Amino acid sequence: MTPREAVLDRSLMSVEYQTVNYVTGPLVFVENVHDVSYNEMVAIVMPDGSERSGQVLEVSSDTAVIQVFEGTQGIDIDTTRIRFLEEVAKIDVSTDLLGRILNGTGKPIDGGAPIVPEKRLDVSGAPINPYTREQPADFIETGISAIDGLNTLVRGQKLPIFSGSGLPANELAAQIIRQARVISGEEFAIVFAAMGITHREAAYFMQQFETTGALERVVFFLNLADDPTVERLLTPKCALTVAEYLAFEKDLQVLVVLSDMTNYCEALREVSTAREEVPGRRGYPGYMYTDLASIYERAGRIKGRSGSVTQLPILSMPDDDITHPIPDLTGYITEGQIVLSRQLHRRGVYPPIDVLPCLSRLMNLGIGEGKTREDHRAVANQLYAAYAQGRDLRRLVAIVGEEALSDTDRRYLHFADEFERQIIGQGETGRSIEETLTVGWELLSTLPMGELKRVREFIDKYHPAASSASTEKGDI
Amino acid sequence: MIVGTLSKITGPVVVAEGMTGVRMYDVVRVGKAGLMGEVIRLEGDLATVQVYEDTSGLKVGEPVESTGGALMLELGPGLLSSIYDGIQRPLPVIAGQTGDFIARGTIVSPLDRQRLWDFTPVAEVGQHVSAGDTLGTIPESPTIVHRVMVPPGVSGTITSIISEGQYTIDTPVAVLDDGREVGMTQKWPVREGRPYARKLDPTTPFLTGMRILDTFFPIALGGNAIIPGGFGTGKTVTQQSLAKWADVDIIVYVGCGERGNEMTEVLKEFPELEDPRTGSKLMDRTVLVANTSNMPVAAREASIYTGVTLAEFYRDMGYNVAMMADSTSRWGEALREVSGRLEEMPGEEGYPAYLATRLAAFYERSGRCEALGSEGRIGSVTMVGAVSPPGGDMSEPMTQNSLRVTGAFWALDTTLAHSRHFPAISWTKSYTLFLGQVRPWFEEQVAEDWVDIRDRAMFLLQKETELQEIVQLVGPDALPETEKIILEVARMLREDFLQQFAFDAVDAYCPPKKAYWLLKTILAFYDASTQAMSRGVSLRQIMQVPLREEISMLKTTEHEAAIARMQEMIPQIADQIAGIEVL
Repeated sequence: MTPREAVLDRSLMSVEYQTVNYVTGPLVFVENVHDVSYNEMVAIVMPDGSERSGQVLEVSSDTAVIQVFEGTQGIDIDTTRIRFLEEVAKIDVSTDLLGRILNGTGKPIDGGAPIVPEKRLDVSGAPINPYTREQPADFIETGISAIDGLNTLVRGQKLPIFSGSGLPANELAAQIIRQARVISGEEFAIVFAAMGITHREAAYFMQQFETTGALERVVFFLNLADDPTVERLLTPKCALTVAEYLAFEKDLQVLVVLSDMTNYCEALREVSTAREEVPGRRGYPGYMYTDLASIYERAGRIKGRSGSVTQLPILSMPDDDITHPIPDLTGYITEGQIVLSRQLHRRGVYPPIDVLPCLSRLMNLGIGEGKTREDHRAVANQLYAAYAQGRDLRRLVAIVGEEALSDTDRRYLHFADEFERQIIGQGETGRSIEETLTVGWELLSTLPMGELKRVREFIDKYHPAASSASTEKGDI
Repeated sequence: MIVGTLSKITGPVVVAEGMTGVRMYDVVRVGKAGLMGEVIRLEGDLATVQVYEDTSGLKVGEPVESTGGALMLELGPGLLSSIYDGIQRPLPVIAGQTGDFIARGTIVSPLDRQRLWDFTPVAEVGQHVSAGDTLGTIPESPTIVHRVMVPPGVSGTITSIISEGQYTIDTPVAVLDDGREVGMTQKWPVREGRPYARKLDPTTPFLTGMRILDTFFPIALGGNAIIPGGFGTGKTVTQQSLAKWADVDIIVYVGCGERGNEMTEVLKEFPELEDPRTGSKLMDRTVLVANTSNMPVAAREASIYTGVTLAEFYRDMGYNVAMMADSTSRWGEALREVSGRLEEMPGEEGYPAYLATRLAAFYERSGRCEALGSEGRIGSVTMVGAVSPPGGDMSEPMTQNSLRVTGAFWALDTTLAHSRHFPAISWTKSYTLFLGQVRPWFEEQVAEDWVDIRDRAMFLLQKETELQEIVQLVGPDALPETEKIILEVARMLREDFLQQFAFDAVDAYCPPKKAYWLLKTILAFYDASTQAMSRGVSLRQIMQVPLREEISMLKTTEHEAAIARMQEMIPQIADQIAGIEVL
């Protein structure tokens, strides 16, 4: 190998290296480099003069490893030049970004005017000091009973939707974007990061935003399935940097939708494999937890600032397997999860949310008197317990038949069916939290009074048959 | 001072050359930004360093400077009610310096250097003192007296000591005959256990107020336990509940790689909550170590050592300390991540082969000890580590290796959590090895037949599991009445005893005596029922006994009233059931 010298381009005042010596997958290895910093951005000048961007992944005394965002096709060893840009990945932010469509690295692609930056921020951000975080406490009404009633979302929470291929996660996300509001009535600014979604899915969202008039409050980051894989490693970071800016400097309530995190993790694995790192579970890198955490943890509220970042990541569970590393690690970081069920979907229930494995860890902070309604917690617990029992009985019925059940058990069985039809399967229309709780009480009233242990103290006030209820209680 | 230069940077692991003379685990300052790091491998003049902060922007050729010592904590008055990151930097002070987001390279003092403390001398001039002896005391919080102790390895005769008064922590407290000054604070390396005179047998139970733990799976003060469970099973709620109610003097709560919003919850709640034992605020007896999942991975690795060192310091003062680590799996993952960057040969599931050794060394720092010093103070460190097994699969290395070195297994169960049975601790999978050691205490303090009652209740629960399998196959009608009553009583045990509302004012904490009486009442119901059944009374009739309803209310009834009521109730239940006429 002949040693090649660095070419100094005085006009740009930065060094260009022509010392590429190894290209593999999305990675380029450059030799004889000086003064290169870790995570620095680089421009790659292709043999035909066009430019691509990349980032330094590893640097040692004379070699730098660069991941190329737009793919390595066409890069050669002799004539490709590398220019180091002397800064880490940054993005121009401005309130004018609302209503714009950007590519996966934050460049406008809608043909509109260039963005006049108000600030230029490092996309990797900095961790919020746990001490300055404000506890999330405000109820977000999504209009979806299975979420509002049973797994309430609060401002500043990160609540992923675990979906499977062919399940309507996008429709659910679009519905949430359409309906979500805080009790004060404030609307959300939406930051939407599309990572490796298909053109059809992207078109669906665009059309949804356009018809509902939401487009002007959306920042749309678009990395399509056929766009370079590695580019999507930057997409969520760019999106969250914009979200943090809008929330913590412009006092907006921001809802960030990340779709689809599975594609992001695949990209992470691709780069890790190309670097020949020791693989962890299923070939995903050992640092995937840390990497995902650095994305998901960028949700929350800060003391003394009125904005908030709420995250709604969407991910596809490969083969509907909730123990797959991607949903598994996500579940350990996020504050709960909404799980979609293929079984319910096949039966035509929309939204097909399987509430049993669902959870919202921050639910208690956002509900109750003065926020939703005093009986919310109790009703949710009772519905859960009754539905779980009904589901258990279904298994039993499959073996011994319905005749073998007691009257109470038959009522539970019926309850489970109606629960799926009425509470979960609400369809496209939104429901206020009051409506959700009313439907809940109606369903509960089909069960014997003695079974309603968890809502006992609210029976007089809310049970549809309240007057007869109090006399029955008097008998005991 | 050794100064080398950076030669390689890969994420949180960097390599520096020209580091001859530096020792393993010495703390170094990396780059112009002065990022803190720790040496984890030496090779010739190359030192591999794990950096506690984000390394973006570091360049090859920047200086790496050794501080000449291992990662040390500063131990002294003012630790209580503090909140630190993984390497003992107070988060409120960082917030004051760098704003709402944590900037890199921040250097702050772990303790408040301006604050004046009321010092009262205990030792006198002319007295010979050695390591662990108390020089004086400081009221650190309304309930905790801080002892200014002679640090390990120091002894001599006091030639001067400061008199009673107000001093800052930098004031030298005493001078010994060899001219050595003993200060109000001492430094200690986090990776080394603090010395003690001898380890004692743990015999007093670590009371948690959780019925399932105190009754079925108790551990002792100085013991250790792990709580494994998939996500959403309630690890953090259980840990926080323990931190609030556990019957100990001091709590060290380590949030290791967990959620920021959860730490906020602790931070908001603890200063407001009242310590049920002393009436002062919970925060007054708590030290928090918060290294959330998005904070640097190497500091996460250090955070549990920081926690246990703090715990040992108060143990040495003679206190019972509980340390909660949530979650040790994140620590294991940090270890794995760094090991991967070092390109070490991976063991099971990519974890380094030394995982088991590190875990054993960590958990062995728990225990009940007689402290150094002439006073013979006795203190303890109890450890409760949460484990987050991937996919809820308990056969993974973190759970299995932890099980080998800990004394109790409090398994959280996904099915229970899904049906909202909380605490979702499985009574079929959990176990404790401390029962024999704490049994005498329960027999003395609670009731002589405590073990008997406990075992009978456990038997019914186990029997229910067996019967449920049969029911799943053939339906409940196939069971004889005598077995159906077991299902009913086990259901009472589950709903009226095992389930506990962490958010209910009364039920959040249950004293062992009340737990005992609850079990005794339910068993009295069972005994009376089986007896009545032998007369030919049907299950249906028994289930209509009015007192049955009242049993379900007892757990939320105020403790003393409930115990009094239960003592009356037991004969009444027997009478009522005995009074049922055979149809």
